[in-house]
Amino acid sequence: MAKTDIKLTINGEEVEATVEPRMLLIYLLREHLGLTGAHIGCETSHCGACTVDLDGKSVKSCTVFAVQASGGEVMTVEGLANGAELHPLQAGFAEEHGLQCGFCTPGMLMRTYRLLEDNPNPSEDEIRVGISGNICRCTGYQNIVKAVRHAMRELGHKEATE
Amino acid sequence: MIPANFDYHRPASVDEAVGLIEQYGDDGAILAGGHSLIPMMKLRFATPGHLIDLKALDELRGIEDTGADIRIGAMTTQAELRASAVAAEACPILAETVDVIADPQVRNMGTLGGNVANGDPGNDMPAVMMALGAIYVLRGPGGERETPANGFYKGIFDTERAANELLVAIRVPKPPAGHGYAYKKLKRKVGDYATAAAAVILALEGGACSHAAIALTNVGPTALNAGDAAKSLIGTSVDGEAQARAAELAMEICDPVSDMHGPVEYRRNMAGVMTYRAIAEALGRAKGG
Ligand SMILES: Cc1cc2nc3c(=O)[nH]c(=O)nc-3n(C[C@H](O)[C@H](O)[C@H](O)COP(=O)(O)OP(=O)(O)OC[C@H]3O[C@@H](n4cnc5c(N)ncnc54)[C@H](O)[C@@H]3O)c2cc1C
Ligand code: FES
Ligand code: FES
Repeated sequence: MAKTDIKLTINGEEVEATVEPRMLLIYLLREHLGLTGAHIGCETSHCGACTVDLDGKSVKSCTVFAVQASGGEVMTVEGLANGAELHPLQAGFAEEHGLQCGFCTPGMLMRTYRLLEDNPNPSEDEIRVGISGNICRCTGYQNIVKAVRHAMRELGHKEATE
Repeated sequence: MIPANFDYHRPASVDEAVGLIEQYGDDGAILAGGHSLIPMMKLRFATPGHLIDLKALDELRGIEDTGADIRIGAMTTQAELRASAVAAEACPILAETVDVIADPQVRNMGTLGGNVANGDPGNDMPAVMMALGAIYVLRGPGGERETPANGFYKGIFDTERAANELLVAIRVPKPPAGHGYAYKKLKRKVGDYATAAAAVILALEGGACSHAAIALTNVGPTALNAGDAAKSLIGTSVDGEAQARAAELAMEICDPVSDMHGPVEYRRNMAGVMTYRAIAEALGRAKGG
């Protein structure tokens, strides 16, 4: 079977690769490009640890072929910080103890990043529904919700002072 | 969990897509959102040699009010359907159903067309389409034809769609203005297929039920149209007694299997409970509650 040339933007950089069509996006990221931020938890579209942004939407990269993403724009957790400056969500997770083992965290960060891009002021309910495709084995979600609220305050503060 | 290899095609027009489907026959598979197909490919339950990705076909996207119907392009994602003002206005059961399908990430990829074409009795949209009397628009090498959702599902992964046909759109006739609706789904957790679920559409005229449709998810080899249950409501005030009778009639047509969702008796009973609750909720909404 023929390999396919793909071209996509990942964290703002153009990437070209020649891949087997069956290669899942998560493997392109982790194994070909060394972007090991997105994790593989279940590989069955359930846990959300592999969540990345594709064309402005959260997707589970274990259930998208890299060829499907060709022509598109991908953002992974590696693209979240601004140089050494953490994204307010990353700061929020650190501040509010939004993680313990950290396995779900890259997916949680990318999902909540998109959630706040789409809706800067979600209610607690909307946050919980928003992360319902992301499983955390450790935190019981309480501190994740707090971390998102922390980031909301921070982002709101930024907007107010800029 | 690596799928078998395949060749990837991304046709630029519907005609080209139909040509590829015809060309590859049984060795080809249509790829929409991939959130039913890719899991099947990972398990090697599906091993197509060619995937025909509909991603570039913008003409298969979008939701349009055509007067009597709303016409939904097959490649419209579940998330886009959830966000549509046109759908919310004419047919709010669609958004209610999307909200109980999988999770936000899956709904961003999964399409309405894939959900109804798949033929898995666990999919939620087929029963809703039956209750709405929806029409599926199929395009094959010989042109376009329309076929009703009721009658489309013949068995597990077996539908009325011919192998060389593409589902291009779903036409949903607008239910009567002021109708009541509900989709009630029992599931064990987010992202779970239904233990049992019921879709109900009903309308009242002068306090009596003038229109009713009921269909069930995942309690048989296909979604089931509970026609007798719906008929039993017509002319009644849809009081508690009528609701219970309809739920009984709905349970009679169920043919679930015992699996991780529970044993046969439990699932049949839950189909009754979901029907009962969906009728009660639809009634409240029809009364403006
Ligand atoms: C974790 C998880 C949980 C889920 N939970 C639910 C749930 O609770 N309820 C539910 O209903 N679904 C659920 N799903 C399935 C999900 O909704 C799928 O997205 C949907 O069933 C299929 O849509 P798709 O666009 O992804 O189709 P695909 O997976 O791309 O295709 C599905 C099938 O339909 C065929 N097909 C697709 N489009 C067309 C077309 N236009 N014409 C002809 N044939 C076509 C394909 O060839 C394939 O056989 C879940 C999926 C996951 C991964
Ligand atoms: S690894 Fe993709 S959802 Fe779990
Ligand atoms: S922090 Fe361990 S799974 Fe979430």
